[in-house]
Amino acid sequence: MRLVNRHPSRRAAIVLAALPFAALALAYVVGSEIRLAANPQDKLLPAPGTIWETAVRLFTVPDPRSGELLVWQDTWASLRRLAIGVGLAAAISLVLGMAIGLLPYLRRTFAGFVAVISMVPPLALLPVLFIVFGLGEVSKIVLITIGIAPFLTRDLSQRVLAIPREQMVKAQTLGASSLVIALRVALPQTLPHLIGGVRLSLGAAWLFLIAAEAVASDVGLGYRIFLVRRYLAMDIILTYVIWITVLAFAIDWTLRWVSRRAFPWMGASL
Amino acid sequence: MGVAPRLPVDGGVVVSFVRVRGLWQSYGGRPILERIDLDVAKGEFVSIVGASGCGKSTFLRLLLAEEMPSRGTIRIEDGPVAREPGRERGVVFQRYSVFPHLTVRANVVAAESFATRRGWLSRAGRQAARDRADALLERIGLAHVADAYPATLSGGMQQRLAIGQALTARPRILLLDEPFGALDPGTRLSMHDFVSELRAETGMTIFMVTHDLAEGFKLGDRVLVFDKPRWDPHEPEAFGATITYDFDARHGGIPYQIKEDDHAAIHA
Ligand SMILES: Nc1ncnc2c1ncn2[C@@H]1O[C@H](COP(=O)(O)OP(=O)(O)O)[C@@H](O)[C@H]1O
Ligand SMILES: [Mg+2]
Repeated sequence: MRLVNRHPSRRAAIVLAALPFAALALAYVVGSEIRLAANPQDKLLPAPGTIWETAVRLFTVPDPRSGELLVWQDTWASLRRLAIGVGLAAAISLVLGMAIGLLPYLRRTFAGFVAVISMVPPLALLPVLFIVFGLGEVSKIVLITIGIAPFLTRDLSQRVLAIPREQMVKAQTLGASSLVIALRVALPQTLPHLIGGVRLSLGAAWLFLIAAEAVASDVGLGYRIFLVRRYLAMDIILTYVIWITVLAFAIDWTLRWVSRRAFPWMGASL
Repeated sequence: MGVAPRLPVDGGVVVSFVRVRGLWQSYGGRPILERIDLDVAKGEFVSIVGASGCGKSTFLRLLLAEEMPSRGTIRIEDGPVAREPGRERGVVFQRYSVFPHLTVRANVVAAESFATRRGWLSRAGRQAARDRADALLERIGLAHVADAYPATLSGGMQQRLAIGQALTARPRILLLDEPFGALDPGTRLSMHDFVSELRAETGMTIFMVTHDLAEGFKLGDRVLVFDKPRWDPHEPEAFGATITYDFDARHGGIPYQIKEDDHAAIHA
């Protein structure tokens, strides 16, 4: 039988999916044991038990100096920036993407512009943003927004253009105005792709967030990681990395759940 | 081969509901259709046949006012020349004719709500529209799937919905572009009955493009054949297609031209 036609059974599929995680964990444990055996003071690969203790301490024991649970403060600050930045980008690109996809005049005006703008590396603009918006919240949010909005806009305008011509004509034969075509034909068929696009660009959004927090901040997940780097506190860094991964996964899962619930007509294509 | 355009005559008076005059269409200097003149009476069912790529869909798009001809005019009841599609002209395509994000019932209600300012009916109008939609769905045999999405329907059911939706908007002419082209033969036969019944009920003026000659003669009052009357072997794309035959398809589908020949034979 050809390899392309061979499929694992259900149970085998679960085992296979778990395999890479197990392999990574094993490699870490072995590496950590070897290094700690050679030098018990080694900080590079702390034992899993040490990371666990650190994680429990970070999430439950308040910081002695401020009396606050820093990880929750950092999480709240970072998620807030992420939500505002991504939300703004989604709103802007939904309006712009639909306009570009539906209206030939705006398409001629903006399609090329957006294509060029999306080539600008957003991180290169970070110093400019700090100069223009200061070191506060605004520059971090703006970085996330301009980092992902061009991609989202292009994606959504393509999705609108991909709606079959037959549907657009059909709507007109039912008397739909441009506004009605936008609200009742294009918008509902674009929203699932907006959620899909946001899911795809969340990775980039986290990157921009952590980069901005690393450079200039006094709270946030990225700020904390780069702060404790100075003390080689790998147990804290790894706790934060795993926490960020859990958050990103939870957000992605939630968005997928929302779009399945909200757009039943999309069937299995989500 | 020049066939004089046959005029619908009623008591010696030409009654033309749809009037096509001197129609040409070319894309990038390449003629697709040329010199099309046509008069269609109210309530007539016109089948359009012709080789693939000869311009049948283009002719339908012109009738729909989805695009403008290079030359010539199309008028309904001597009204103004339409510049974009509207509720006067309904259409059903081979595919994608219903909205995938709306339920079957909402697709029918859309034929009323899309014509409003923002696309939604008022609370009071909504229930009445739903009741009308349910009555239509009952009539076209889709009541049991009123709350389903089109993707879960068979091809024949989707096309029945598309036709019902188009008729709900009460257009003056209905355009069908190979509406049964993607259906299996059995489904196609039942769709023929469906269309014949609806047509008898509504008296709608219908243009239907088909690649099935038998289908064209079975359903149509007239069968128009699109073909290139002029042909340059060195430059096959130099000329466009026009109506080369205009058959009378009533009374069991005896072709108009052959009837003329029969007359000649009898009189000879
Ligand atoms: N918008 C367009 N631009 C350029 N060429 C077109 C366009 N629409 C149709 N054509 C060409 O016109 C010819 C007729 O197309 P069409 O009307 O779809 O044929 P049919 O429906 O009879 O199969 C084809 O050769 C097609 O490639
Ligand atoms: Mg065609």
